[in-house]
Amino acid sequence: MSAERLDIRVEVSLDGFRLDVDESLALDGVTAVFGPSGGGKSTLLRTVAGLTRPDAGRIRFGDALWFDADRRVDVPAHRRPVGFLFQDARLFPHLDVAGNLDFAARRAAPGARVDRHGVVDALDLSALLSRRVSTLSGGERQRVALGRTLLRGPRLLLLDEPLTGLDRVRKAEILPYLEQLPAQFDVPTLYVSHDVDEVAALAHRMLVLADGRVQCHDRADVVVAQLGLEPSAGGYGAGSLLEGAVVDHDARLRLTRVDVGGDLLTLPHLARFPVGAAVRLRVRARDVALGLERPRGISIRNVLPGTLEEIVGHPDTGAADVWIRLRGARLQARLTVAAVEDLGLEPGMDVFALIKSVSFDRAD
Amino acid sequence: MPDLGPVWLTAHLAAVTTVVLLLIGTPLAWWLARTRARSKAVVEAVTALPLVLPPTVLGFYLLILLSPAAPLGGWWVSVTGETLTFSFTGLVVASVIYSLPFAVQPLQSAFESIGSGPVEAAASLGASPLDAFFSVVVPLAGRGFLTAAVLTFAHTLGEFGVVLMVGGNIPGETRVVSIAIYEHVETLRYAEAHVLAGGMLAVSFLVLLLVYGVNRRSPLHVG
Repeated sequence: MSAERLDIRVEVSLDGFRLDVDESLALDGVTAVFGPSGGGKSTLLRTVAGLTRPDAGRIRFGDALWFDADRRVDVPAHRRPVGFLFQDARLFPHLDVAGNLDFAARRAAPGARVDRHGVVDALDLSALLSRRVSTLSGGERQRVALGRTLLRGPRLLLLDEPLTGLDRVRKAEILPYLEQLPAQFDVPTLYVSHDVDEVAALAHRMLVLADGRVQCHDRADVVVAQLGLEPSAGGYGAGSLLEGAVVDHDARLRLTRVDVGGDLLTLPHLARFPVGAAVRLRVRARDVALGLERPRGISIRNVLPGTLEEIVGHPDTGAADVWIRLRGARLQARLTVAAVEDLGLEPGMDVFALIKSVSFDRAD
Repeated sequence: MPDLGPVWLTAHLAAVTTVVLLLIGTPLAWWLARTRARSKAVVEAVTALPLVLPPTVLGFYLLILLSPAAPLGGWWVSVTGETLTFSFTGLVVASVIYSLPFAVQPLQSAFESIGSGPVEAAASLGASPLDAFFSVVVPLAGRGFLTAAVLTFAHTLGEFGVVLMVGGNIPGETRVVSIAIYEHVETLRYAEAHVLAGGMLAVSFLVLLLVYGVNRRSPLHVG
């Protein structure tokens, strides 16, 4: 993994909207740029790619200065080694799929050539190569566009809401490809999205952008844990990301046990990960219930003791967010204000978290 | 058999004008399609002037501009030893100006309909602006180029007033078909006028049929 950083200090004014960002991003793995529509996410990405010129500021990629308003440096888009995946794919309609891929491959810098077969295989494009662009489905378009972007040999991938506009089936079709790319091609990635599920599935770090300003920038699990409170996430997708390691598999019951900071969680079989493999789990806040005693005779397998840390009620919706300190992790539960009052919940109480479902998020 | 000299001269003039106008009109149309400069409206208006001005007005100013007494005409005489007025070269200059909107407008609307999307995509894949123009914009604007070329050619064929003002009626040099027809009619040689006029009608119809046939699937607005 590279230790380079992307330093972005930009001010952009566009049609009354103002973007004002000053951040330094670590260039390894996936950084999600997250926030509501119109918050400036795409504009930020476009300034990095050289497609939108900032009014002021400086953009530095590792040792390379890409933009500096004071020194009048502005490296044109085609000389920045970035791959930009547009929301609308932007395949060239006068070329077929192979032609689109070749367009990028021919223009890759000599030192940055990417194995065409590797890309075609990784994205399952071989059956599409001779197809006309106009005959592709939305998901196929994004796969081809992604392959084209990779063949350009980018040192930084910029993905601008590549799944927005696709229905759930198409999203599910392309998400696995996106998940494996950063590791497979070892390209640091900025991923713009307003969908918390996508972000949680892909990102190591998150930069939350709203009204043209950075709201927070931290590890993805930390930000996601806070997101239930942030208006930008709308509360719906709030949940916790838990880092853990595979303990053992039970082939007969088709279960896998994962150690999360000293607590054991049981999940549906994850046979593809060896014992000891680091994995990340995602627990939606609304899939967590609380009990004051260890319940008996219930079907829920994952019951963990913990200490109640914080309660935040939302009187307008009747919902309450509750954070529980486990042995080595923090878990968010979405309850109702009524339940909080009935049980007399208060910070500091010992509780049991009943986790209705844990989903595997991704391997680290 | 009528004298076919004017026919070849006209075809030659139209072909040269078309080539020159595609070379000049393409960058101009590209600039008009992409710029957000305030001067865009001014340039667009000037480009469209030949559509509304009487050919005699255009011809009158060109005659003055190209005459050996004017700076441009005088410079041309000093460089080439020939005058621009009443010469084939002068006719090319006049035709290029006269047919300018017929080249620029179809190209501009083709470039505008392509938008910035494919150009940005090309840039993000490492294509320089010139590379992106030739490898993406030109193929995507193919029908715009065809329309521009055909309309420029056809419009130059039909030129009369400007030619009469700037070029006169010199056989083999400036005597194009429309001038020849005018002269035949003036001298009551209707048979020859019929041949040339009928030919012009047929060619013009075929050319327009080609344009509208090509544009049938997705119309381009012209003129």
